[in-house]
Amino acid sequence: MNLLTDPITVSHYMVVGAVLFVVGLVCMGTKRNALGVLMGIELVLNGANINFIAFGSKYLRAETLGLDGQLIALFVIVLAAAEAAVALAIALNFYNNHSTIDVDRADDLKG
Amino acid sequence: MLLAAINWHSFFFLFFALLACGFAVGVLVSTNIVRMAFYLVMSLSATAGLFFLAGAEFVGAMQLMIYVGGTMVLLIFGVMLTARERFIDMQTPGGQWVLAAAAGGLFFFILVVNAFQVPDWSTPNPHQDQLSIAESKTTTQIGAAFVGVRLDRPEADNATQRAGMSGYLLPFEIVSVHLLVVLIGAAYLARAKRRVDQPGS
Amino acid sequence: MGKAINQLLEAGYHWLAAWFVENPQALFPESCWSGYVLAALIQCALLLNVVAVGALLFIWMERKISGRIQDRLGPTRVGGRFGWLQTLADGLKLIAKEDLIPQDADAFLFRLAPYLGFAASFMALLALPFSNGWVGWEVNVSLFFILAVMGLEVFSPILAGYASGSKWALFGAIREAAQVVSYEVPMGMCVVVPVVLCGSMNLLTIGNAQAGLFTNWYIFHDPFTFCIFWIYFTCAIASVNRAPFDLAEAESELVAGFHTEYSGLRWSFFFMAEYGSMFAVSGLAAILFFGGWHGPFPIFYGLGVSGGDFGWWPMQLANAAGCVNFILKAVVGVTVMMWVRWTLPRLRIDQVITTCLKYCTPLAAGLFLGAVILKAVHFPSINDLAPAVRPGEVRESWVLLEAPAPVVEKGPVEKEHAQSEHARNLPPIVSEKQLAASPQTEGGSL
Repeated sequence: MNLLTDPITVSHYMVVGAVLFVVGLVCMGTKRNALGVLMGIELVLNGANINFIAFGSKYLRAETLGLDGQLIALFVIVLAAAEAAVALAIALNFYNNHSTIDVDRADDLKG
Repeated sequence: MLLAAINWHSFFFLFFALLACGFAVGVLVSTNIVRMAFYLVMSLSATAGLFFLAGAEFVGAMQLMIYVGGTMVLLIFGVMLTARERFIDMQTPGGQWVLAAAAGGLFFFILVVNAFQVPDWSTPNPHQDQLSIAESKTTTQIGAAFVGVRLDRPEADNATQRAGMSGYLLPFEIVSVHLLVVLIGAAYLARAKRRVDQPGS
Repeated sequence: MGKAINQLLEAGYHWLAAWFVENPQALFPESCWSGYVLAALIQCALLLNVVAVGALLFIWMERKISGRIQDRLGPTRVGGRFGWLQTLADGLKLIAKEDLIPQDADAFLFRLAPYLGFAASFMALLALPFSNGWVGWEVNVSLFFILAVMGLEVFSPILAGYASGSKWALFGAIREAAQVVSYEVPMGMCVVVPVVLCGSMNLLTIGNAQAGLFTNWYIFHDPFTFCIFWIYFTCAIASVNRAPFDLAEAESELVAGFHTEYSGLRWSFFFMAEYGSMFAVSGLAAILFFGGWHGPFPIFYGLGVSGGDFGWWPMQLANAAGCVNFILKAVVGVTVMMWVRWTLPRLRIDQVITTCLKYCTPLAAGLFLGAVILKAVHFPSINDLAPAVRPGEVRESWVLLEAPAPVVEKGPVEKEHAQSEHARNLPPIVSEKQLAASPQTEGGSL
């Protein structure tokens, strides 16, 4: 299978989505900086979005999700923005109270 | 000749896919938080390129506008506010790396194997050449779907079917209110607190 | 363009090959791929020159204009009269300068930041039509795309400020980021008004909807659009960091802002990006409010030459005339920005943010509401009251055959609907009947 000469399919997009998803997952697991964890979440959401777009694309498949794929991707983007705002506020609060951003040190129930 | 045989759609897909994956791996490998943020910006922009290639122009522009231009600027502000010397480079113990790499590798293996399991997913669209450019112009349809009209499926006579595709008005309203509430909440959480001076301290 | 060049190249190949082989068709059975690559390269080179040569011209203009405004001559000697080679001499000086990287800098990001801003400003030109159909990439959401890409420019000062390892640079970067991000809000609201009036986010459609007499231009459409243009222009000046909003590089307090530590060619990249985005926002204003590539008076329509298909070359000639129109309008916009810069004093940072949040945003929101209400009640515009030339009747320049003529009477929804109807009459890609017949395929198609 020659990648350069054959047309692209949904599977190719899914592999890209899988790479972003897994990288984001490992990022969430290994980063000690709270903002690094946040970046991992963004990558995971993007991996999911790529799949939605691929399944909704008329260029990749004869029978697609149609417009639903794009619409769900839009909702994911907007919710990701909301999630990032809240997570960032929490991280900044944590930083203000504990003067550290290391998630491993966030083990108090009450600060 | 090789160049004559190139499928340009595939070529640009490979270009953007390699950019997206490469910079994503950069986010993972880098320990410097500011560079991680930069790699993430590049990865998300390349993803927007993939969206454009798949014919989702509005979503691609939205990705650039909201994700890269909004969320990432917010994230970078957060990085700058907390970037003290000891937090810029934070090392992870090797044991955690091994564990995460094993779990991630397993997950990746499962996902990739499954991506090629369904024959319908890995066969290209046979009518790809016949698609007109108008097929990718979905912006008006998306806008109409948000106010509750599905222009892309006008022909369904079945009442039950029409009930399920009545557009996205309610989710859209819920999401907008949700976004408003979340932004107010975030501003409230992150506000500069006036420090109460304890007597005697 | 790719097709035309492709045919030319193919003809050339065949002519050459005919000298050496009996049957040139056997050598080149497929159409030449090189035509498309060449067309792409030509377009890249043209756009790149808009940024690079445009910056040379604009810097010279800025010197002359600032000189005249301050009652002096500006550059007079380099390159004979008018000092028109002054910028080139400056460019040579910048190339010859030492390229410094501070010790505390994050060298990788420090090197990268200028190119990032340049790339963003260059990418905005990618979707900006220079004439009817003359656009690097015709995308359905070109206006949205340009706004989004210009929003990406903010990463360049942030990274430059952080990577410089200097507190002046960091202060300048944070200020600039706050300013650019907040001015995106009113600017977005202003830009939406022509979109609502036209019913499309495609800049080609928006430009073509304003064909005819200058009363068709959206700035003269109704009082709200007239007012909202000035808010757009204010926000545009702020979003490209020109005086009076150039807080990021306030010399008296911040040295030079985010580019304090830069020197030589890297420094000049920031300025190329600045002038490139000045051109882009002025061009956007020209298309959204001033009829784009259409002149104020439809000359050819008056001469009796209008509509119809006159062949490829006359169309391209008309488009070239439209391109001149567009560039003139954009340059006038840039000139006004320079005039403002050398006339008004710099605002304080809190005044800048106040202007945005307390004045521009509410005003833009109110005017947007007014314009939408006028549109909803079908309030007649100036051109409707005294119909000189209706927008649909006249086209001074012609689109290539792929793009449809602007339909004014129909709303966007019907138009899009008609398009999808048209697409449905083509060989069926998704068999709609099958979908309708079996409701379960809808859920099970995943």
